[in-house]
Amino acid sequence: MNAADWIVLLASLVGIAAYGSWRTRDVRLNTYLRGKPSTGWGTIGLSVMATQASAITYLSIPGQGFESGIGFVQNYFGLPLALIIVCAVFLPMYRRLNVYTAYQFLGERFDEKTRLLGAGLFMLQRGLAAGVTIYAPAIIISTVLGWRLDFVIVATGLLVIVYTVTGGSEAVALTQRWQMAVIAGGMVTALILLIVRLPDGLGFTGSVAAAGALGKLHAVDFSLDPSRRYTVWTGLFGGLFLSLSYFGTDQSQVQRYIGGASLREGRLGLMFNAVLKIPMQFVILLLGALLFVFYQFAPSPVFFNQAEWRRFAPDGRFSAIEAEHLRATAESQSAIRAWLESRGTDDTAQETAARAAMVAASDRAHAIRVQAKSALAAADPRAKIKDSDYVFITFILTELPRGAVGLLIAVMFSAALSSKASELAALGTTTTVDVWRHLRPLAAADEARNVRVARRFTAMWGVVAVAFALFAGFAENLIEAINILGSIFYGVLLGLFLVAFFLRRVGGRAVFLAAAIAQALVIVMYFSLSIGYLWYNLIGCAACIGLSLALQAILPSRAPVAGSGRT
Amino acid sequence: MTAAPRPEALRPDGHRETESPGVPGFGTWRGVYVFVFGWFVLVVVLLTLFTAMYA
Repeated sequence: MNAADWIVLLASLVGIAAYGSWRTRDVRLNTYLRGKPSTGWGTIGLSVMATQASAITYLSIPGQGFESGIGFVQNYFGLPLALIIVCAVFLPMYRRLNVYTAYQFLGERFDEKTRLLGAGLFMLQRGLAAGVTIYAPAIIISTVLGWRLDFVIVATGLLVIVYTVTGGSEAVALTQRWQMAVIAGGMVTALILLIVRLPDGLGFTGSVAAAGALGKLHAVDFSLDPSRRYTVWTGLFGGLFLSLSYFGTDQSQVQRYIGGASLREGRLGLMFNAVLKIPMQFVILLLGALLFVFYQFAPSPVFFNQAEWRRFAPDGRFSAIEAEHLRATAESQSAIRAWLESRGTDDTAQETAARAAMVAASDRAHAIRVQAKSALAAADPRAKIKDSDYVFITFILTELPRGAVGLLIAVMFSAALSSKASELAALGTTTTVDVWRHLRPLAAADEARNVRVARRFTAMWGVVAVAFALFAGFAENLIEAINILGSIFYGVLLGLFLVAFFLRRVGGRAVFLAAAIAQALVIVMYFSLSIGYLWYNLIGCAACIGLSLALQAILPSRAPVAGSGRT
Repeated sequence: MTAAPRPEALRPDGHRETESPGVPGFGTWRGVYVFVFGWFVLVVVLLTLFTAMYA
């Protein structure tokens, strides 16, 4: 990073944060909790998009395209369908009840204890995940730039706390608009520079053809084989389910679209995401697949997390692997060129043979990368052997010109700040509205006090997230642990909302007991079975719905309790 | 057992789906949803063709 990079980085990060704080320094309660009442669909759409895509999205997804191809795009197939359901069912109900949080709806539909249960599940899950949102990109950026991890965590944490605490939901939406502009500008710049730097004689079309022949462009897989990780069916069903949980019941998303000038603005903001999300993810994955071709020709490390590699091989301990990797890359390069030349002839047999030779050469190069990882693991079982997250950042730091490096680092930090801000605002709002007001019902009318309390809770969650991120450096497989935790709680939370919307016969007592039993069941199953953790989303939701129906049928009836109407 | 009570606001509101979304070319929200669904199907078809072409 040189002076130009630093200027671009600091101007975009600190400038946007300062602008957000200054513009929203005097906010009213409704604006603080729900955003500006005049917010249009464009801002809502960008805010929803910025909340979902954290820094790890822009770091990991190109790496995913590089390593496994673009099949990951299928994971998003359920998203447009889920957003249509949220638009048609969830959003109109939230707006009609004029709620600040999704869990207030549970209070209106069932009772206060169910509302507290829903809010509690959200805060437990999102509160822990908030630390990871800061930690995950910080560990990668600090590793490759040689910065102190604790400095990166505290600096990004403080920056986001300042403007989120100052302006609440309005500051989040305002800054996300500009942060998304930085992200879009940076990613388009990176894609253009990558295409420009693709090898002579290969170009964009040749590189796409080579990536396809090397198995990186298998976007859609209709296989019913359950052992396959990404298929149309897992994307449609699993993706629908996960997206419905996330967009419909997670306050960090709900808060993005329940404000706004009208129901129309929220709906159009969500439809904006339904239309753009899959093409956007496709382009980011394609960038990763093109990086794979690029690194067949450009000098590439055998292991992309070079800091980790050098830690174990400072004295050329693995030089034999490195030399073998160089040879294999050169062979792969020749084989790709030979295949491209064979495509220009009418000789099908020659083309088939050249293609087979190219695939074999690529497989040999891949095997050496696997061997490098095994050598690292053998040197120290605690070594971090997943390096795909470091592919894109390596390209940024080694191949991009001055200024562009700063812009792309700003992309990563902007993405981290924007998703973090939504989480903090949602946690602060939920703690204030669903917990504090529950304990202090008379304080609900004091607007100034409510804003003060919401600011304190938002700051508290920010400090908790920073502290957790600092502690997380000592934990292994933390990101997976948080995903597991999310899967354990998300299913039951979605079950609560689906019962509320679609099973109108079920009352508060039945659904509360059902959710408590379903949650206990999921936890017991998690500790006694060894099934993929994503299944717990489905199991938790199905158990909550099934038990609600059963309990509603068998529990003795009780005098009805009307919704509290508290907001 | 009696049905769970709910305030008026919790009742489904079908007419909102037939309201005009204020988007040129669309008379109702249902039309917008059908368009988005159609777009999704088109994207999947294009990705399938892309896979067939390059994979």
